[in-house]
Amino acid sequence: MNIVVCVKRTPDTETKIRVGADGTSIDSSGVKFIISPYDEFAIEAALQLKEAREEGEVVLLSMGGDDTRETLRQGLAMGADRAVLLKGESRSDGLAVAKALAAELRSMDAPLVLFGMKGADMDQQQVGPMTATLLGLPCITGVSEFETGDNTVTCRREVEGGTEILEMKLPGVITMTKGKFEPRYASLKGIMAAKRKPMDEKEAQGGEERLVVRKLAYPPERPPGRIVGEGAGAAGELVRLLREEAKAL
Amino acid sequence: MGDVLAVVEQREGKVRGISNEVVSAATELANGLGGSVHALLIGGDGVSADASGLGTYGAEKIRVAEMGPLASYHPEGYTQVVVEAVRAGEYGAVVFGATSQGKDLAPRVAAVLDVPLASDITEMGVEDGVVVAVRPVFAGKAFSTVSFSASPAMMTIRPNVFQPQERPAPGAVEVYAPEGVDPSSWMVRLKEFEATGSGVKDVSEASIVVSGGRGMKGPENWGVLEGLRDALGPDAALGASRAVVDAGWRPHGEQVGQTGKTVAPKLYFAVGISGAIQHLAGMRTSGVIVAVNKDPDAPIFQVADYGIVGDLFEVVPALAKEVTALKAGD
Repeated sequence: MNIVVCVKRTPDTETKIRVGADGTSIDSSGVKFIISPYDEFAIEAALQLKEAREEGEVVLLSMGGDDTRETLRQGLAMGADRAVLLKGESRSDGLAVAKALAAELRSMDAPLVLFGMKGADMDQQQVGPMTATLLGLPCITGVSEFETGDNTVTCRREVEGGTEILEMKLPGVITMTKGKFEPRYASLKGIMAAKRKPMDEKEAQGGEERLVVRKLAYPPERPPGRIVGEGAGAAGELVRLLREEAKAL
Repeated sequence: MGDVLAVVEQREGKVRGISNEVVSAATELANGLGGSVHALLIGGDGVSADASGLGTYGAEKIRVAEMGPLASYHPEGYTQVVVEAVRAGEYGAVVFGATSQGKDLAPRVAAVLDVPLASDITEMGVEDGVVVAVRPVFAGKAFSTVSFSASPAMMTIRPNVFQPQERPAPGAVEVYAPEGVDPSSWMVRLKEFEATGSGVKDVSEASIVVSGGRGMKGPENWGVLEGLRDALGPDAALGASRAVVDAGWRPHGEQVGQTGKTVAPKLYFAVGISGAIQHLAGMRTSGVIVAVNKDPDAPIFQVADYGIVGDLFEVVPALAKEVTALKAGD
């Protein structure tokens, strides 16, 4: 069973975000970029599945610019077999990305397509289910662990108040969150091997962006806070302040 | 094209609180677009009985799609019903809650209708006839203002941000049986639901969060935080830092931060949490932030409004006692 994992290049989570000169995007100078952490759960799940079944190919698919090649090499270094880069840029319109991915996925032979639940930059949680819908494939989002059977997959999904256990017929799409699959570190051998693995590049067929960023701004500054006191003795004063000053209680 | 469709939610036949926020936000938008709000509720037979309250928050009419197989959320069934409801009206915008249901449903509806979707928004408005929304990005380290150039503008609203405002409207309930919904064609099936525990509030929907980090020293000590949470009442939930979730002390569902949930409660207690940038990203837009930590140099104090330096195992029980006394006097 071949598995495609759709990945995105995002800034490292340690990054301090600075608004760029154009006022609508970040200043990326000095920023370290990584595979979005949620996508790593998906890559790990795909690799474990391939290892358990001892067959099939894990293919990485991403939409991005030249810099995304490096991100795909990181995924190949983890153990994926090959990568496809769709050259194009998308900022806020997840549907435009989904269209580009769907156009490529239609020609790929993969009963299972995995995504990270969200990109750790835009936090929209939409590209996975949108892509599945465009392809007419079933999709389960926010999956923490799953197991495959003959032509089906059984998934665990956290919702408010509990966990759902869902079954889906393949071919299908799953978006992953943290859970059973702990992403492996790439070994030195993996990093060396990644340089020789196939990477195809094509133009993304996505269509125009219809959700446009007008402005990127910092969150409002919080006025400086204060230490109310030390130890249990300060509890009374804090609660009084929360009630009378902050009006939060 | 000025009407707004508010897609509301129920669980086990009861309309969920987020629905009031969705209708209220939709009403603000409808006022800007010059139309009215229709609420859409999907559920099993008889779910309409709980729906009429939505008129209080601005719904002109409340369409209720009742069908047995739709009693619980199902992506394929609900997508079909919402798409048909959108096509049956003239909507300039469609609003969902950014709950686990909404975040799963809205992208599918948007893809079928071929319109973009702004997720997890914290503000919305109409500027020169164009729908505009603000949403947190990079886990709340920045805010992005986006405008829609397709109609209807589709969005999911972050829970606990749009305070429901009473703007009484007729709220006429219209029950219908959705046509053409065929459960036998569905490719996803819910096998089982494991409940966490009744009455346990989800951290992303709570108006007060009590969050614990490595300073708690071990999972066996969480009773200390539960005591404060209980004192604060049913709107309070527990949160956790990534470190304690990774260590297996707390479930991932409680994790607040860049690879967990981004929350904005009215009141956030960070207990034994040092304040790593990824954690701050997940809670820094909370209304009031209180930090309890034995290290006066902990970064969390940079973002907190109030802090107590001390041993949390003494401070937190004292806080719980003071809160209980305060509420007893109310």
